[in-house]
Amino acid sequence: MIGTGILKGMAVTARNFVGSYFEKERLITVQYPEERSPLAENYRNFPFLPYDGDDPHAGLRCVACKICEKECPPQCIYIVKSDDKKPDYMGKPQFYPAVFDIDISVCMSCQICVEVCPFEAIKMDKEFELSKRERFNNLLQRKEELAKPNEYYHKICPTEAAEVDGKLAAAAEAAAKKKAAAAAATPSAPSKPSPPSASS
Amino acid sequence: MNVALEGEIVRKLKPVFGYLHRNHEQIGEQTTYLGSMPYTDRLDYFCSMTNNWAYALSVEKLVGIEVPERAQYLRVILAELTRLQNHASLLGFLLSDMGAWGTPLMYAFREREKILDLFESLSGSRMMCDYMRFGGCRVDTSDEWLARAKQIADRFPKFLDEFDALILGNEIVIARTQNVGKLSADLAISAGITGPMLRACGVNYDVRKVDGYGFYPRFKFRIPLGEHGDTYDRLMMRALEMRESVEILKQALAQIQPGPIVNPKVKIRAFRPPVGEAYGRIEAPKGELGFYLISDGGPNPYRYRVRPPSFINLTVLEDLCLGHTVADVMVILGSVDIVMGEVDR
Repeated sequence: MIGTGILKGMAVTARNFVGSYFEKERLITVQYPEERSPLAENYRNFPFLPYDGDDPHAGLRCVACKICEKECPPQCIYIVKSDDKKPDYMGKPQFYPAVFDIDISVCMSCQICVEVCPFEAIKMDKEFELSKRERFNNLLQRKEELAKPNEYYHKICPTEAAEVDGKLAAAAEAAAKKKAAAAAATPSAPSKPSPPSASS
Repeated sequence: MNVALEGEIVRKLKPVFGYLHRNHEQIGEQTTYLGSMPYTDRLDYFCSMTNNWAYALSVEKLVGIEVPERAQYLRVILAELTRLQNHASLLGFLLSDMGAWGTPLMYAFREREKILDLFESLSGSRMMCDYMRFGGCRVDTSDEWLARAKQIADRFPKFLDEFDALILGNEIVIARTQNVGKLSADLAISAGITGPMLRACGVNYDVRKVDGYGFYPRFKFRIPLGEHGDTYDRLMMRALEMRESVEILKQALAQIQPGPIVNPKVKIRAFRPPVGEAYGRIEAPKGELGFYLISDGGPNPYRYRVRPPSFINLTVLEDLCLGHTVADVMVILGSVDIVMGEVDR
């Protein structure tokens, strides 16, 4: 009979409409600013630079190797290498970025910078409410705005941050061991020529 | 598009492309091989997972990279989930074009939302997934994620039944789609049409079966075929393909085993394929999506060409629309299933 298809469709709509009063599962919309659905742990949008300790300058892991600048597909990273060096987390003197800018109006959140970084120095943030009143300086994020403490990274992605910390601690330990071994090996070497110099 | 009318009957029609052109192929020739991967998400922004797979497949062919077993299964799972959400939203949009404002689209988006949540928890982004890598995938899944995917696959037929009852048996839909926009099999083959649009004409051609890329030969599934090649067949083709996708999903989720997800020999930095050329193609939800790459041994491809299904399927629009009314043009255009990001690149 003509019209049964329409009536069947109406019945489905009516079932969903009435059902939404009784079943929580059928209510699928979230009233956004008041209610928020939780973010997935893997969620990513823009990069930030985690730093260890309290000082954003001393604790910054970035060594200004410029790999991310080169690999970034839309070329939104701009780095200027420093003239002097500062000790990194292993105590090794390294360059640091004098300028580190990310233009977040160009960034496309692909996280290739995170993948190519050999120093775990750049990670993806989860902040998504980024509307700004001014679109030039506010959307170009400087080093000071990008640097965020490691605790913040632990807060947004606990599992991944713990993994990274473990990796860095292992690297620092290996470096310290190597240094200790080198220190144990070297005293005998320079000590031999030193007596003649002391005698002369 | 430019349309010449006689009363309300279409006498001439010319699709006008190019409003979304953004130099995708030129950008692909200037960035590194890895750097093109996030750009492929932006081609057909509904199905970024299958775009990633097509590009990764062509680079893997170029270099000769083996893909670990778990990664192959994950790719099949993600591609079929993409097909589900693409076809579901297409049905919604098509019915919306027909005048069924809102309701079917919201039903389809409710299901799509669940799949996008899965993508988000896996890759970090709902639509711009950027998940596949050369020789595997980027991050591993948890068992909890696989359980969620299984739940969605199990519940999906229920949604399809509901959707059938809601609108696909509707007399108005049938009257608006049957015998509208007929495409003959000969024209479809000679124009290079692929995907559900070709199969709606009764041509049994699916790259999943023909090429057997990935692990598709391991799964049992059927290819739905149409008979008349009209808009109704194209509409039903999507509904039937979703049921087969659910079957593939169930098999893949049952067979997947723990293991490595990426080939450790592939370098992330300084990736330089040998001199040569390769064409990798897959059955994307909209048709055959292929990437043609020529390498001169440098860090970026010498030539990077995309064979987009939407663009080639759109070229026969005039033949479909001639003799129909203006109101039918909207329905026919909807049934072709285009995404402008892929048409113009």
